[in-house]
Amino acid sequence: MNGPAGSLRVDRLYKSFGSLDALAGISVNVERGEIVSVVGPSGCGKSTLLRLIAGLDHPASGSLHLDDQPIMGPSPRVGVIFQEPRLLPWLTVAKNVAFGLPRGKPDGRVMALLRAVGLEEFARALPRQLSGGMAQRVAIARALAPRPEVLLLDEPFSSVDAFTRMHLQDLLLAIWQQESTTMVLVTHEIDEALYLSDRVLVLSGRPARLRAEVRVEVARPRDRRSAQLARLKAGVLTELYHEIGGGRAWSPSRRQPEVAAGVP
Amino acid sequence: MNAGLHRRLSAWVLPALILAGWEAATRLGLFPAYTLPAPSTVLQTLYLEARSGELWGHIAASTWRVVAGFTVGSAIAVALGTVVGLSVGIESFLDPTLQAIRSVPTLGWVPLLLLWMGIGEAPKLTLIAVGAFFPTYVATTSGIRGIDRKLVEVGNVYGLNRLALARRIILPGALPSVVVGLRTGMGVAWLFVVMAELIAASRGLGFMLTDGRENSRADLILGAILLLAILGKVSDGGLKWLERRLLYWRDSFTGETVAVAPPGAEVKA
Repeated sequence: MNGPAGSLRVDRLYKSFGSLDALAGISVNVERGEIVSVVGPSGCGKSTLLRLIAGLDHPASGSLHLDDQPIMGPSPRVGVIFQEPRLLPWLTVAKNVAFGLPRGKPDGRVMALLRAVGLEEFARALPRQLSGGMAQRVAIARALAPRPEVLLLDEPFSSVDAFTRMHLQDLLLAIWQQESTTMVLVTHEIDEALYLSDRVLVLSGRPARLRAEVRVEVARPRDRRSAQLARLKAGVLTELYHEIGGGRAWSPSRRQPEVAAGVP
Repeated sequence: MNAGLHRRLSAWVLPALILAGWEAATRLGLFPAYTLPAPSTVLQTLYLEARSGELWGHIAASTWRVVAGFTVGSAIAVALGTVVGLSVGIESFLDPTLQAIRSVPTLGWVPLLLLWMGIGEAPKLTLIAVGAFFPTYVATTSGIRGIDRKLVEVGNVYGLNRLALARRIILPGALPSVVVGLRTGMGVAWLFVVMAELIAASRGLGFMLTDGRENSRADLILGAILLLAILGKVSDGGLKWLERRLLYWRDSFTGETVAVAPPGAEVKA
């Protein structure tokens, strides 16, 4: 069976660090070209999930597949954008973007990406000369350079100001429209999750289980102030409140919940 | 006057004051000229030694020993420091022994080196190489271990193998620390060349010192000391120049109390 390029299948994933359980049976399927956000209480294991998909760590049990191929380690098909830009300070902006490309490749791709993120004239600048938002744009260009089929984003806009964040979110959507890259986004901004994604997964507190799944069936381009998004936000918040307040006991069953809260 | 020129000139103020005071003290007869000859006498001695050709021989001998010993010692230090820094296995195998050897005062090896190698060039170069080795070795390992784990993770994301990771992330990241080690190692090399030459040599600045002492020529001793100061400063200046060339990308405190915009000034997104 050959799935379309860039689909993810995560099946009953368990992971613990010492005696600390991080993930307790997470199963998620992500379609090709879909944007899925993961929200949940802080420290619940969202980033752990992302690291496992990136191949940076291995699960205790369960399986991860990228188009029917098991994920054994990092791959050029999967790009990662971290919370911090993590640019190499000794390389120019252009060389940072080219970092994941084979050496000696013509720099047409690099310049096209720099144009896409609006940093063409900074190609020869050093990272120390950039503001936080600019550095994160370079990091986005770097992750896109090898044309990944899947882009993993770990709270990518949490360290920039509100204006820059909105700008970067729209930039990400523009890129997605062009390259139709599958994206998995870990965030603690519910507004961001709803504005960007097709589905929002709500995780429980540690160890993380899938608590709810919210489908965002709102046509793009979306209006951040729309009543539809506000209603969905209320649904996500309700799930999270239950989680932090312990308003509803969570059954220790390992079965994935079928709830699709807040579906309009 | 611009700030750079001002700073460069200010470096000369203290040496000039010391020389002037020294010259005056000797001329006024505060010290007898045979224990503390005036700077002008010292310079004259150096001039005469240079004219006879002796001086260049001494300078060349010491400089060559420093360059050769330092090059060998620091090259081995960077290589060993890199493998120890990159591998916990090699570290636990090699590092305790090296640290034990490091805690032996390097001069403690001199009798053994003389016994094994005689009094030629070999024991001198070995001593200098061993002296230059340790500062660079320690700086290289700690530089590698001090690299931001998050940058190494970027390398992992792009599937770099160990060699590529070392070349593209770990070594550039450790470079600031390595350069500090090299500068310290160079200082130690000059220290040890004098010690080696004091013990047994027929040429070199260390020999000039012994020669001066044996013939009660304070002017010769002071001349050699002056030359050592100049050569040490020049070699450190060379490494500092290298540091500026290699580490231009660093975003660190420059010592300026008023923030200055970096070249190509910051532009907000």
